[in-house]
Amino acid sequence: MKALAALLLRDLRLSVRVGGGALMGVLFFLVVVTLLPFAVGPELALLRRIGPAMLWVSALLASLLALDRLLLADYEDGSLDLILMAPMPLELTVAAKGVAHWLATGLPLVVAAPLLGLLLDLDLTAGLTVALTLLAGTPALTFLGLIGAALAVTLRRGGLLVPVLILPLAIPVLIFGVAASNAALVGPGPFGPPFTILCALTLISLVVGPFAAAAALRHGLE
Amino acid sequence: MALIDLANPSRFLALAKRALPWLAAASALAFAIGLYLAFFVAPDDYQQGATVKIMFIHVPAAWLGMFGWTLMTLAALGTLVWRHPLADVAAKAAAPLGAAFTAMCLVTGSLWGRPMWGTYWVWDARLTSVLVLFLMYLGVLALWRAVDDPARAGRLAAILTLAGAINIPIIKFSVDWWNTLHQPASVLRTDGPTVYPTILAPLLVMALAFTLLFLTLHAAAMRNEILRRRVRALQMMRAQGAEA
Repeated sequence: MKALAALLLRDLRLSVRVGGGALMGVLFFLVVVTLLPFAVGPELALLRRIGPAMLWVSALLASLLALDRLLLADYEDGSLDLILMAPMPLELTVAAKGVAHWLATGLPLVVAAPLLGLLLDLDLTAGLTVALTLLAGTPALTFLGLIGAALAVTLRRGGLLVPVLILPLAIPVLIFGVAASNAALVGPGPFGPPFTILCALTLISLVVGPFAAAAALRHGLE
Repeated sequence: MALIDLANPSRFLALAKRALPWLAAASALAFAIGLYLAFFVAPDDYQQGATVKIMFIHVPAAWLGMFGWTLMTLAALGTLVWRHPLADVAAKAAAPLGAAFTAMCLVTGSLWGRPMWGTYWVWDARLTSVLVLFLMYLGVLALWRAVDDPARAGRLAAILTLAGAINIPIIKFSVDWWNTLHQPASVLRTDGPTVYPTILAPLLVMALAFTLLFLTLHAAAMRNEILRRRVRALQMMRAQGAEA
């Protein structure tokens, strides 16, 4: 357990120090949300209607693009081989890296969402609702992204492969995240069912993600 | 002959060489019968006219798109669990075929939807989940091409295939679980098919024909992949010998 905590702290320190990986996701989030009114026009009613959806899509893209940072640096300097040879179960190790990645990349998106919602004419209650759904959903995006990152870790020219692999799996998270946000803001359905399904998806991904990622690492690095 | 006997690539090549002409002939015959039944026996729909006959291509293509991913899932289990030597070859051969059939399903369905529903596309549960299946096929094809070593690519693709296998039951039951524009299940139901026999018979014959076509192309593609890997191994041995 101390080893896992040490790995978690190491990853957190690295992400905060090196290259600004943590805040780069938030910056990308801001850029995409800023692009939106240029594309659809500045009419506030329209922006308010698609606001939750745009926040979710931007958060999804920001999560996906930060994923290669998860394992690539460790692969390149050899620490991934050490992690594989360690006595700790690889699934737990990968889960610890996923938690660190979410704390550094996903949680800032959740915090930034209400502020960026103001740009889309979402009042503070609406913004906080979207932030709540993002809080429930971004761990799912990170842990599903673990699978893609592990599959592509040995590729030098991975490029957009990881997002392409993970997007089909992340679509249900997006569907239920936006459904929950819209249910709370405009109705007509209740907020409970889509939100609980979103939480269920996150819990499933917390288990499936590390197992699949560990299998992918073992097979990919043989 | 047990499945393990097919683990020897040379034995599989010999079997494929003997079986392929028969498979090809059988699929041609089934297509001939199916197309005859479809065009001359099946009646026009009272509402849709002759356009209902797109169903005889659309439905088998949909079934085979899902069949392809199911075949890949079984092959993935063969790779990861039993380490069957030809399982990843089977998976690699099935991926482009499944993708092509899924694309055919989407295109024919879209062309059918325009006169029937008034739109080329609608984001209901079944169409969306089949589109997601198509995206997953493209993802698996991308992964196969991204990794150099075929064995390692096979193992990674197997993991991705298993991760995406959940989509197949979602597609099947999407018309039951959600309110969809796409019609509900009418053939594979617990109460039996609700399709009238004059349309059901050509549909099943066409499905058989398409399945035989899939198996023919799959066996041929597996043979090509085995030969391709032998060529690659020979090239690498030659390169190794050249530097020695």
